[in-house]
Amino acid sequence: MTRKLTRRHVLAASTATAAGSFITPVRAAPPEPTKITPALIEAAKKEGKFSWYTSVDLALAEKVAKAFEARYPGITMKVERSGAERNFQRIGQEFQNRIYNCDVVNSSDAAHLIVWKRARMLAPFVPEDVAQYFPAAHKDPDGMFASWRITLCPIAYNTRLVKAEDAPKSYADLLDPKWSGKIVKAHPGYSGTIMTATQQLSRDLGWAWFEKLAKQKVMQVQSATEPPKKLAQGERAVMADGGEYVAAELKARGEPVEIVYASEGTPLITGPSAVMANAPNRNAARLFQAWSMTREAQQLNIDVGALRSAHPQAVDRADMKKFSDIKMLKEEANVVADQADAIKAQYVKYFKV
Amino acid sequence: MTRSFDLSRTVLAAVAALLAAMIALPVGWLLVVSLTAKDGGVTLANFVALFTDPTFVDPLITTLIIACSVSAICCLVAAPLGWLVARTDMPFARTIRMLVMASLVTPPFVGAIAWEMLAAPNSGLLNQLWRLLSGMPPDEALFDIYSLGGLIFVISCYTFPYVFILVANALDRMPGELEDASSMLGARTWQTARLITVPLALPTLLAGALVAFLQALNLFGSPAILAIPAGFHTLTTRIWSLFQFPPKPELAAAASVPLLVLTVVLLRAQAMALGRRGYAVLGGKYGAPRPIRLGLLRVPAVALALFVLAMPLFLPYAALFNSAFSRVASRIVGPETITLHNVKFTFLELSSTMPALKNTFLLATASATLGALLALMIAYIVARKAVRGYRALGFLATAPLAIPGIVLGVGLFLAYTRPPLALYGTLWILLIAFVTIELPAAYQQLGSAFHAVHPELEEAGRMLGATRLRTLADITAPLLRSAVIATWCFIFVATIRELSAAVILFTSETKVLSVLIFDLKESGDVGAIAVLSLTMVAITTVVIAAANRLHARPQSRPA
Repeated sequence: MTRKLTRRHVLAASTATAAGSFITPVRAAPPEPTKITPALIEAAKKEGKFSWYTSVDLALAEKVAKAFEARYPGITMKVERSGAERNFQRIGQEFQNRIYNCDVVNSSDAAHLIVWKRARMLAPFVPEDVAQYFPAAHKDPDGMFASWRITLCPIAYNTRLVKAEDAPKSYADLLDPKWSGKIVKAHPGYSGTIMTATQQLSRDLGWAWFEKLAKQKVMQVQSATEPPKKLAQGERAVMADGGEYVAAELKARGEPVEIVYASEGTPLITGPSAVMANAPNRNAARLFQAWSMTREAQQLNIDVGALRSAHPQAVDRADMKKFSDIKMLKEEANVVADQADAIKAQYVKYFKV
Repeated sequence: MTRSFDLSRTVLAAVAALLAAMIALPVGWLLVVSLTAKDGGVTLANFVALFTDPTFVDPLITTLIIACSVSAICCLVAAPLGWLVARTDMPFARTIRMLVMASLVTPPFVGAIAWEMLAAPNSGLLNQLWRLLSGMPPDEALFDIYSLGGLIFVISCYTFPYVFILVANALDRMPGELEDASSMLGARTWQTARLITVPLALPTLLAGALVAFLQALNLFGSPAILAIPAGFHTLTTRIWSLFQFPPKPELAAAASVPLLVLTVVLLRAQAMALGRRGYAVLGGKYGAPRPIRLGLLRVPAVALALFVLAMPLFLPYAALFNSAFSRVASRIVGPETITLHNVKFTFLELSSTMPALKNTFLLATASATLGALLALMIAYIVARKAVRGYRALGFLATAPLAIPGIVLGVGLFLAYTRPPLALYGTLWILLIAFVTIELPAAYQQLGSAFHAVHPELEEAGRMLGATRLRTLADITAPLLRSAVIATWCFIFVATIRELSAAVILFTSETKVLSVLIFDLKESGDVGAIAVLSLTMVAITTVVIAAANRLHARPQSRPA
């Protein structure tokens, strides 16, 4: 079954990116799908603990952990939340020094999974739900990772500071001088969501758009989870980018936040998860990975976290715009994997930090 | 024969070797890596890259502007305040002195976060208040903390206490007779101040200016929190950003060298300034200085002191308490909106809280104990000239002062991520970092304490057959008890608030409280930050209070 990597595969892969962004060379057949069996639960309980590196908003991450711990008592889950790009750097640094702290990893920059797969840092593992239900665009053909979460990177504004009719409708609108000093924006050097979005926007709008945006006296924060919070505080009127799920959750709690899906299209952000090859708690890691892809867990992501899901049985929230009605920009994780450094350098050139 | 065998030589040699390794390893690797090319050869390319790249030169210039401004502001604030407290009859002088010292317990990065809550241009509580009072339109701001000026202000808030302590202590010691003589010769109060007090205090003030300059130069936390949203880097945040993927330790090492050199030069300058302080004291015994009567100015003086204290203490803590019990930090908590949500989240949901508290407490206790012990041994050796080459030991113990925290972090990372001592990922590397960083201050404190203990007490012990170590343990140490406890507390507090080395050296298993707060800042979880910061300050206060009680209790050890 082992296939040899040829140029034609790579070419086929790059033309196939429209279908999905997880195109990496196929090395071998994916492993058999794993069910959550009593034996797996028992083995996981014996380990008793594991750690999950993620970049999802901390409040949601801890809710996921509490839900898992309640479902499988006796297993303690440690959440390591940081920006995806910082997690990526730390995992690399720890790996180089043969420190294996991470059991399950989730990143908002799908390119990270491609890089880790190339470096053979991931364990092949296919949960039953992924094999059975997930569309091909949301699982690695070698069974190394699958989309644990999907979100978007929209524009948003504070409804107390901006009237609906005055709100920006497009990325072009953000360049209007009236928004000077009123925009908050996260950073591709720290946030995977923003790294992914920056690649899409620079491709479709051109870097000139960023160059002009940088002249709008933008407030620069790090994580994509922070701009919506700055909006809720009333610190800035408009966010140029940030996590849709954080903004939607704040809105649902009655904070004055409204989301805008830009007329040019909104960057799509998939956040895959994987079990690490050197996971010190491999059974607990597998149990969590399997559980996290079930309909139950995916629905929790939607209900308490306002995320989107690749699981076809999970139901969108009534208070959010239907996923299929949103005009989206094409995600190209394989391009990000190769160009991340250049994107960061270009960004720093315009925004200075 | 075996009983009187003196281990001291071995111990002393071991201390010297340990010290040399602690400092030489990180600094050595720093220099080696900064001079190494990608192919392994020797090169100056990293330095060339550094000084021709505007993304390094701009931060360097910004940092110098910040350091100069902070230094000037600290002197302008600390000198009058120090004088009011030490030399006048201003009411509540003791309380004010204590409160200035207390403001030092606040980690500078926590102060910066608190000031964000107060003076962010739109959501800052002070700006909102001003809008309410003056009708200023919503887009305008009275204060903008995300600016160079804002950063300089916040750094000054947490730096001026250092200058204040120096100035106030120097003024306490200044002979009153010179001032008396001046007034007897007909000079008025202000004339005496101008002609006698100020010139006598000037060298101390200069030293203070240098201390403030160094603090501002090497600070990481406050710039990381305020400069990045404002769109600029300082040298320390730039060094930190070099650890983003792909990490460039060779450039980080090269960028650390200017900080290192500047610090060494300035420390020399400070030693010279303080060295000249002696000219004021011409011998003989002096009376206590007579306090200057402020008369009608007493009330304005207290008001001024309280106003100054509002900046590092009253306002930031009010903001922290507000956001600890509020759902959104930019809203003032009222009886209806008060919530325990953040407290619950921090202690019941946030899974990093307890491990971080445990690590921090463990590290602070171990660093304080080990650091105080090491400093005690070195101070003893140097004060009693116990071994040949004792001067080198004193120099080595002071040397870390010249290594900024973030530079030491980079150096230790380079030194301990390779065999034979692959300590990265363990608490040991953090312990080494903290002990190294705090050693100079600990050594200086204990060194001056040793001068108060006459050697003849130790000589008596030695004549009766005790070894040097036993004498040290049974005679000298108990006599130095209060100084040792003070040093222990000092290191404990300093370790808890340390961020710049920890942020380079931590892993998920060795996360400490300061790093956890810093991570929470990245995602804007200010409620949890407020709760953790207040917890941190509460722990510090309790430990200091406990140590002081221990200190006050009569000695129970049998003679």
